[in-house]
Amino acid sequence: MIDTPDIEGLVAKRMFALSGRHFISVASLNRPEAERLLDLADAFVSLSRAREKKLTLLRGRTLVNLFFESSTRTQSSFEIAAKRLGADTVNMSPRTSSVTKGETLIDTAVTLNAMKPDLLVVRHSASGAAALLSQKVGCSVINAGDGWHEHPTQALLDALTLRRAFGSVEGLVVAICGDVLHSRVARSNVGLLQLLGARVRLVGPPTLMPTGADQWGAEVFHDMRAGIAGVDVVMMLRLQLERMDGAFVPSTREYFRFFGLDAEKLSLAKPHVRVMHPGPMNRGVEIESGVADNLDVSLIQQQVEMGVAARMAVLASLAAQLDEPTLSNRGG
Amino acid sequence: MAVQRPTAYLNARLVDPDSGYDGPGALIVAEGVIADVAHRPQFDGLSADVQVVDCDGAALVPGLIDIRVKTGEPGAEPKETLKSASRAAAAGGVTSIVIQPDTDPAVDEPAVLDFILRRARDIELVHVHAAGAATRGLKGVNMAELGLMAEAGALYFTDVDHAIADSKVFRRVLSYARAFGRPIAHRPADPYLTIGAVATEGELAGRLGLPSAPDVAERIMLERDLALAQLTASRLIVDQITTAGALESLDRARAQGVDVVATASINHLSFNEVDIGDYRTFCRLDPPLRAEADRQALIEALASGLVQVVTSAHTPAPPEDKRLPFAEAAAGAVGLETLLPALLTLHHESRCPLIDLIRAVTLAPAELLGLPAGRLRRGAPADLALCDLDAPVVVDAEKLLSKSKNSPFDGRRLQGRVLATVVDGRTVYRADIP
Repeated sequence: MIDTPDIEGLVAKRMFALSGRHFISVASLNRPEAERLLDLADAFVSLSRAREKKLTLLRGRTLVNLFFESSTRTQSSFEIAAKRLGADTVNMSPRTSSVTKGETLIDTAVTLNAMKPDLLVVRHSASGAAALLSQKVGCSVINAGDGWHEHPTQALLDALTLRRAFGSVEGLVVAICGDVLHSRVARSNVGLLQLLGARVRLVGPPTLMPTGADQWGAEVFHDMRAGIAGVDVVMMLRLQLERMDGAFVPSTREYFRFFGLDAEKLSLAKPHVRVMHPGPMNRGVEIESGVADNLDVSLIQQQVEMGVAARMAVLASLAAQLDEPTLSNRGG
Repeated sequence: MAVQRPTAYLNARLVDPDSGYDGPGALIVAEGVIADVAHRPQFDGLSADVQVVDCDGAALVPGLIDIRVKTGEPGAEPKETLKSASRAAAAGGVTSIVIQPDTDPAVDEPAVLDFILRRARDIELVHVHAAGAATRGLKGVNMAELGLMAEAGALYFTDVDHAIADSKVFRRVLSYARAFGRPIAHRPADPYLTIGAVATEGELAGRLGLPSAPDVAERIMLERDLALAQLTASRLIVDQITTAGALESLDRARAQGVDVVATASINHLSFNEVDIGDYRTFCRLDPPLRAEADRQALIEALASGLVQVVTSAHTPAPPEDKRLPFAEAAAGAVGLETLLPALLTLHHESRCPLIDLIRAVTLAPAELLGLPAGRLRRGAPADLALCDLDAPVVVDAEKLLSKSKNSPFDGRRLQGRVLATVVDGRTVYRADIP
């Protein structure tokens, strides 16, 4: 069992895992940064399992969760992560407040910024929204999902889950399956997993595959059996029904027949294969319950746990950046 | 108006697509028209009452004619008024503008057209013309009052950014307008493929997670438009052609004798899709920016004369419409003040002959729409732009005279600047040069 002072020590050594002020995209990470973030997150996993979970790294800091799209899982994960680090948290869902009165994203952000939060976690339905916000506010912005673009903390928690399950991400063959077109989870994972040395396959019907995905360094498959043959990891994506404004697939039953994950298809993967899903799951659409709930193969619960630790690592690293001017003052 | 003394512009480099002359020259303006043109730097024996302007080697070109300009008047004056657009035009060496009919209310009947032309008459800066809507309310269903608007002065008809999806409606509009000698402009974009799209489909748009449409959406609609123009023997203006595939279609149709004139926007000649890489909403355009190969094909088509007219596609959008996530931001860019400098930059960068580029913003639109301007010819209106072809400038959007500052050229280095603009012999703009 690890006690708190040891974690503080470890944290102090790993603090400057990030070189930027914001965490918008995995594209901004280099491999040492990603590995340091994962080391730090690893330490927070131990903390989260201990009786006393509280640290004071973010004491006096305010974190605002600004979720323009509703989310239970990600929002509470960020909130718990922030609280374990000692920050004060405020949750805002502007869909129900002044945004409906014509206030723009920028207006909302500038208003919030005037209240001097230190960390702003934002989710928005438009690609690029987090990057736009980061140009207009003085605090650190963390992207909790922008449209179809990125969801970098999800990729981080997925990498953490894989590293703990397999020892290393290097050399793993990971098949990301389903609605890649509308998936920010897929885009962030393609970037981060490849950065960490994994080989990534993208599997889905052509109508749900972005044009040019074959130029992302990943191999593209439209036949799921071929796509998951011999892989170490199958990462299922949610078929985002709420985003379907046209008929991308003929029916959910046809989708399940060809692209749903069942035990039979899974048997084509390596014997030690593990299954992931960012949640929430559409059982019987993209994954059958027998696979999702099989604790011998499913990492889905671990992913949720790792989410808190991964976000603690990001928050702690960004908070260290906030402290930097003080340190340099001391030096001068 | 006060009687003006005749003015002689001496020691200039005249660039006149009408006569094909590009060289040393001089020009006399009297009573609002060009009274004399000389292909040598001086006139012999100028009378004493002539006012002399020494151009000191600067280029004197016909004032630009920009056939695709939006303002917000009537209906959205905070974006741009006829007056602010006129001032921007003057500062850009643009002496004639054609206002687009997608105002609020739309210009789909003669009274609104009258309103715009009357308002513009009092401004006395540049020539303001107007285009009318092709269909009522720009809805693509019922024909607008094309004849009455033609009588009131509409130079051509267009539904601007709205595609006329119904081929029967488009056919009738084309053939009906022909009776009044007015062309129809249509921006080719398959309306179904392009629903919700804000970028050109490809690796970049996929990675950025932006809704996108394939570039063939342009060619699909263009093929239909060309076939209907041929069927009805009508004149078609292809509004803002942008893709290499569509240019091939255009080339084939021209070879078959279809009466078609294609325009390109300066934006699609100057930028490519990579410019949206950091979600810069000033580069959110409609049609969206294309691949570099398309931009190169467009430049080549301009040089070869396949694309004949260049426009600024001036589309003012205030911060509240642009300071939004990329896919939610309004499309379009202001361009009146940067059109000529950007064209001159293109000349420096592409080896495209200057006179051909100038033709695309002067003589070609004048001939297309039957305007007397756009030429340095005796008797033509004295609409002139005096410019330094080589001066380096860095565009500062905040300094633009448009009410909206949404310029994708903001911060860009351009080579070439407007020194003075003359309309009907009156100097309407003079750059203050330190």
